[in-house]
Amino acid sequence: MAAVTSVGETPAAAAASRPRGMQARRRRRLNAFRYVVFTVFGLFFLLPLLAMARFSLEGAKLGTWSATAWTQIASYQGTGVPPLLSSIEITLELAVITCVVTLALLVPTMIWVRLRVKWLARPMEFLSLLPLTIPAIVLVVGLGPIYNRIQHYELSALMLFWVYVILALPYAYRALAAGLGAIDVETLSEAARSLGASWFTVMFRVIAPNMRQAILNALLLTWALVLGEFTIAYLLLYNNLQEELYSISRNTPNAGVIFSTSFAALLFAFVLLLILSYAGRRRRGRG
Amino acid sequence: MTTSPATRTQDGAARTAVEVRLEGLSRHYGPVVALDRFDLTLQPGELIALLGPSGCGKTTTLRLLAGLEDADSGRITVGGKDITHLSAAKRDMGMVFQAYSLFPHMTVRQNVAFGLRLRKVSAAQRDKRAIEMLDLVGLSTQADRYPHQISGGQQQRVALARALAIEPQVLLLDEPLSALDAKVRAQLRDEIRRIQLEVGITTLFVTHDQEEALAIADRVGVMRDGRLEQLAPPTEVYSRPATSFVAEFVGLSNRLPGEVRGGEVTVRGLTLPLVEHDVPDGQVVALIRPEAVTLASHASAESGPLVGTVIAVTFLGATSRITVDLGDIRVLAQLPTSEATTLLAGSRVALTIRPDPVLVSVGSGPAAAFGEEV
Amino acid sequence: MAVAATTETGAQPSRAGRRPSIPAWAGTVPFLAYVAVFLLWPTGIVVVDSLKNPNGSWAVSNITKLGDPLVRPYFIGSFKLCLLSSVFGAVLGAILAYAVASGNPDGLVRRLYLAVSGVLAQFGGVTLAFAFLVLIGPVGLLFHASWFYEFPWGITVIYTYFQIPLMVLVFLPAIDGVKVQWREASENLGASAWHYWRYVGGPLLMPAFLGGTLLLFANALSAFATIIAWENQISYIVPQQISTALSSEVGLSNVNVADLLALGMVIMVAIVMTGYALLQRRAARWLR
Repeated sequence: MAAVTSVGETPAAAAASRPRGMQARRRRRLNAFRYVVFTVFGLFFLLPLLAMARFSLEGAKLGTWSATAWTQIASYQGTGVPPLLSSIEITLELAVITCVVTLALLVPTMIWVRLRVKWLARPMEFLSLLPLTIPAIVLVVGLGPIYNRIQHYELSALMLFWVYVILALPYAYRALAAGLGAIDVETLSEAARSLGASWFTVMFRVIAPNMRQAILNALLLTWALVLGEFTIAYLLLYNNLQEELYSISRNTPNAGVIFSTSFAALLFAFVLLLILSYAGRRRRGRG
Repeated sequence: MTTSPATRTQDGAARTAVEVRLEGLSRHYGPVVALDRFDLTLQPGELIALLGPSGCGKTTTLRLLAGLEDADSGRITVGGKDITHLSAAKRDMGMVFQAYSLFPHMTVRQNVAFGLRLRKVSAAQRDKRAIEMLDLVGLSTQADRYPHQISGGQQQRVALARALAIEPQVLLLDEPLSALDAKVRAQLRDEIRRIQLEVGITTLFVTHDQEEALAIADRVGVMRDGRLEQLAPPTEVYSRPATSFVAEFVGLSNRLPGEVRGGEVTVRGLTLPLVEHDVPDGQVVALIRPEAVTLASHASAESGPLVGTVIAVTFLGATSRITVDLGDIRVLAQLPTSEATTLLAGSRVALTIRPDPVLVSVGSGPAAAFGEEV
Repeated sequence: MAVAATTETGAQPSRAGRRPSIPAWAGTVPFLAYVAVFLLWPTGIVVVDSLKNPNGSWAVSNITKLGDPLVRPYFIGSFKLCLLSSVFGAVLGAILAYAVASGNPDGLVRRLYLAVSGVLAQFGGVTLAFAFLVLIGPVGLLFHASWFYEFPWGITVIYTYFQIPLMVLVFLPAIDGVKVQWREASENLGASAWHYWRYVGGPLLMPAFLGGTLLLFANALSAFATIIAWENQISYIVPQQISTALSSEVGLSNVNVADLLALGMVIMVAIVMTGYALLQRRAARWLR
């Protein structure tokens, strides 16, 4: 029978954790696999991006370096088209509006469905995924008449946001669904209701705050989408960022500005996504 | 249930249970020591329950035995054969997990037959054996259902059938009842014990529920911080706890301040013998079971160190637990319900303590009330 | 005590107290209305329109025009490209997703690759085409590979570039849903790694994998921007044709041809999405 050791004694083990044995070996193999995978894929993803970055820093003669492509962004103006800066502005504004509307549309509805109208969950998922698969072309062709009429009134490209929200649905939905799935919505809402909370309070002051990480994710994916969107703007003859870049490339080949802007947009979205993945609370692991 | 483990024949062939020996097992995760030179021997056919709070190392022990984790040092022997460096797949043990262990895409029957399939047993044989096992756990009618179609208790029974189907040498159970309802838990607990005895297999059962451990084990091992505090049959662990940790973890305890003099302790006016004879004189805290505290009389005008007011009466069926306020401290007493029926909150009572040997812990902490029920 | 949520005929979210009973699903009306107007209606218009003659009368036989020898190569080309890129994207994406999922759930690597996936899944357009142009094009920084310009190889690589991240986004939750107990239980019962994947892991993940592949396929169908920007590319892809048809006179004369082609795509998509939905149901049940 072991003698009673005094309470609170924790032997300071300075042992290196280098366990031998089967499980350790398997973990090492797995890690090797992971390193290989990450390196290969990392390269695959990086190379085009690095090429872009390199090209954006290309000077007048090949092989030289120049930062003009970057400094020019703000002042660049192609022939017969509005300055690059304005289309950047438009895209950014569009992104903000789209984000807000997408979240306003999805978050309350998803929480509500989860709480009160469960049978709508499947159809809603289906509807949210549909935009991924219905070609933007179809939307354009179908929306064409409507937008044609709107164009009469010279509304700005900001009107594009109606459609962008649809395009963002699949990504935003998945991100939010993951967040919703991770919390015990039913128990939280029952507890709040028993304390006298209205449904409104339950949704916005109890559930939504617990979905912060997911909401941020949805936001960022939507943001990235708007920055990268081209098709619809092009077809409906609007001047957003991507469309602008395209027309610049048509009229001025080798305009380094294309690459610097594209790269900047990519980098911006990526860094934002990364930073905000830390901002949300991650409650993982055994409690 | 302390019948000596019997061996049973299965499939007409005699099965001998094996001895399992864990020697000097150590395991740490970084600076945290999960197991520290742990020794344990399971006799053939015996069921040992490892009991302790979370983090005490009981699950680690089980997983080391199963081969799901590697020990830093030490040796594991099953039936005389050293299996320390054998992979989990080759260890010939059956394991029941706490939850989620059934394969959701297979029927109950397919789940149970899975191990046999891996061993290239013919389909007919597999099926026969699967049904046999399901009969053993009483679920042969559910053979073609999917896990999500049966209840939690039934799932665990299937898990047990699956573990036993491969005729393992050792059975491992990792808190199999923790995720179940209380009623199902008690039922299943007895089932598991019945089956274990019938099959006669050496078994290691891990739990944090002391009632479970006491009810089914041949021996109970109470663990703390990677070490065994006591390894003994249930009755002994309960009534003769080796350390105050065991006394407090297993069953309820009253903690009453007292004073040791000359090998005896005086608690609230009563002198009681000690379990350990070599406790030095001085202030101590005595650990006294509620069942050791009984009613002396219904006092109305008396006063004394053991006279107080009843605060609560908790009806537990055959027994009742009463909480008595002695003025400066509260004490739990446990009585047969017949004696407690006349007690109401507010009545005055005088208590006494049975003169059984008492365990003390040295030092005079604040006179806390009663120990926590785990 | 706790109010059982579902048995109430509840009020609208923003109101409490007694009201004449408005059904709970009314709360989803904003969303449903929005989707109906901006997604379902345009799609409906396209489908209906393509079945009509220019003068407005019904011509359901229009569907047969899809088999027209002039139109068919475009569909086949479309199909080939989408198939290749979705299969490659699915397999490679699954491998990458597995690598990400098997690491630290809070670690930097996982966050990094998720951020990368989130961004690259969207940037499949002009930007990407430019990037590959720079990398492998005439001014080729890396190398000048003429095979790259042949259809479908170059464009397949480009498509795969954004298919992989999408697969990671779609497939990762499924891998996360595989419980560690299943691996341990099968090991305990004697399964090697191969046995585990063959009998347990594989079957469990297969619906999600196939579903992801289908999704990728549908996504490839609708990816259009990339083609526009890929210079020198003759239209081998249906969307390109629609765009030409559409923009030759903005939304006027060739509308019905555009509609028809769009209809063809919608049919392909409908088939794919149904398959996906069916697969998802299985996957969700096991891996939730």
